[in-house]
Formats: sequence, C-alpha cells, structure tokens
Amino acid sequence: MDTIIILYTGAFGLIFIGIAGIVLSRHLVRIIFAIGLLEAGANLLLLLATWRDGASAPIIVGGRVPALMADPVPQALVLTAIVIGVGILALALSLALRVQHAWGTLDMRAIRLRLEEEIDDAAGIEPPTSADAPAPRPTAPATREGGA
Amino acid sequence: MQRFTSALFLLGLGVLIAAIFRNMDLAASTPIVGDAINAAAAQQVGAANFVTSVVLGYRGFDTLMELTILFTAATAGGLVLGKPRGDARPDPEAGLVLRAGADLFFPLLLVVGLYIILHGHLTPGGGFQGGVILAVAFFLPLLARPGTPMSHRAVSLIEGLAGASFIVIGLLAMPEGQAFLTPLLDKGQLGSLLSAGSLPLLYIAVGLKVGSELAGLLAQLAATEASD
Repeated sequence: MDTIIILYTGAFGLIFIGIAGIVLSRHLVRIIFAIGLLEAGANLLLLLATWRDGASAPIIVGGRVPALMADPVPQALVLTAIVIGVGILALALSLALRVQHAWGTLDMRAIRLRLEEEIDDAAGIEPPTSADAPAPRPTAPATREGGA
Repeated sequence: MQRFTSALFLLGLGVLIAAIFRNMDLAASTPIVGDAINAAAAQQVGAANFVTSVVLGYRGFDTLMELTILFTAATAGGLVLGKPRGDARPDPEAGLVLRAGADLFFPLLLVVGLYIILHGHLTPGGGFQGGVILAVAFFLPLLARPGTPMSHRAVSLIEGLAGASFIVIGLLAMPEGQAFLTPLLDKGQLGSLLSAGSLPLLYIAVGLKVGSELAGLLAQLAATEASD
C-alpha cells in the first residue's frame, strides 16, 4: 500500500478516535485524553498537507543543501501547536481537579445532574415533585473510579 | 437513548470522514511557499534550520501570540488551582531510586535543554523543545522532595523577563524603520553557533519562558494535589 494512504488513514483515524472518545466517554479525564488524541490527528493532517516522499528535513548540515527538502511551514505551525496543546491539557486537567474537589466525582452524568440542580436552584425553580412531573431522571451511579 | 444518538452521530462522522478521504487528492501538492522559503531563507535569515527561520523570522509575530496563549493557559491554570492550603502537609520524600535519579538527571537535563535551545537555529529543536526539557529538569527534584518547593517568585521573574526581552528584541528593529521582530544583527557564517543574527537570542527568551511557565504550572498542579 502507498505510504501516504497509511499516513492519512492514521491522521483521520486519530481524529475519529478522538471525537468518538469525547462523545462516548463518561469520565472527564478520558474526555481530556481524547482531546489530546484529536489534537495529534489534526497535527498529523497538517503535516501531511505538503508531505513529499523522500524529502529530507529542511536543515542545511555542513553546507550541503539537500536536493528535496520538506516544507518548513507546517512543521513550524505544528511545533508551536504541540506546546500549546500541552498548556491546554494542563489547564483542562486543573479544571478537572477543581471539579473533583468540589463535587467528588468526575462522572459526566453525575456532573450534569449537579449542574442542572445548581442552575435550577439559582433560577429559583423547584425540583419537579408534582404528579405531572416529567419522568424521573435516571439517577447517577455512585462515584465509580474509571467509569466506562 | 443518549448512547444511541452518540453512536448515530459517530456513524455520520465516520461516513463524512470516509467521503472526504475518498475524494481527497492524495497526490503530493507542491508547497509553493515552502519551496520559496527553502530557496531564500539561507540568504534572508541566515539560520541553517529553516523551521527556525519560519518560526522566528517569517512569522515571529505568530510565535509571540502563541507564547501569549501559553501564558494565558498557565495563568488560567494558576487561577483555577488557587493557592494550596497553608496547613497542608506535603507528601513525604520519595524513595531512594527517584531521589538518586533526580539528583543524577538534574544537571544532565539542564545541559541537554540548554544545548537544544542554543542550537535551535542549527539542528532540530529550539526554544519550545528545550524549554520543555528545562521544565522537566526543575520539576523532577520537586517529585523527589516535595517538602522543598521551588521559588514561585523566581519562576515568575524569569518568565516575565524572558517575555519582556522577546518583545524588546522585536521592538529594537522599529526605530530603523523596519517591521516589528525583523531579525537584527550580523547573519554570520551559515551553520556556525553565532549566526542568524538575533534569532538565537529570541529562542533563548522563548526557551526560558516556556520552561519557567511549564515548571510553574506543574509545580502548582503537584502542590494542589498534595494539599488534600
């Protein structure tokens, strides 16, 4: 198979796995790691935009200019994007740490229930108790480490 | 129900990505800008590493903005994490292996990080990569001995000075009527350590800024974890 097809499959695969992880995961840390995977796929796709087989790194070593050099522009873009990705992952993890401190859980379903409760509370909406209340919401399971 | 909609969404996404993949022109496109830069960068900027020419020479302003993003992320992380409680006891000292390893690796990481920063215009690497290695060098002793935290004041002082010097070097080109962040100084011999004008100075500033920022952020994460 062509090398470039394998590389593109890897890039699109990483993007798909990342988005699937964001959508399907219930654990907040797993969602953050899925964002990291998505980022890696996006970076790989950016590098592949001007990828040429057999091109050498755009660096002159010992005064010798390589015949075919890779495009330095996407490399420079990805270089800074990786560092920014690290900063964003650190920020997301510190936010997750705050959630864990405040509510004692990282399960997205439990977090959503707490959020809705707090929003209702702030807006002065009573919790649904009457006979024609909507069907009871599914109760969040107790904190489960590494929930699916 | 939610699982079903998620699966449906992913199915649609998969079809979309497959369609893009199928209709994409996989044949290598000619990098017009890249080839032009590869042809001209050695004379225009004087750095043997053309990626460095792009990062600091052709789009130095973008790099400044990216440093700003990193600074914003680090500041927001510090805001979110807050100060660790004063009465919290730090973690006990780590075992012999981690302590000995941290002592052994600290000077090595320092040398490697500084080497990568200083040779950013000659070899693969530069301020961003070397800065991350510097951050690890200063974070490793903190893992081994959590009782003796690093000085946050010194870290923020280095960070501020590095960021300010990047901007000052950029401003120095302006009185002569050139654009902000135009490379200054003599280009020197291509491939020697003292070449590429002011690019190595910019990369030193970037390296110190990235290193101190990440080290401070990691230290704050570790301190917050220890305080409960």
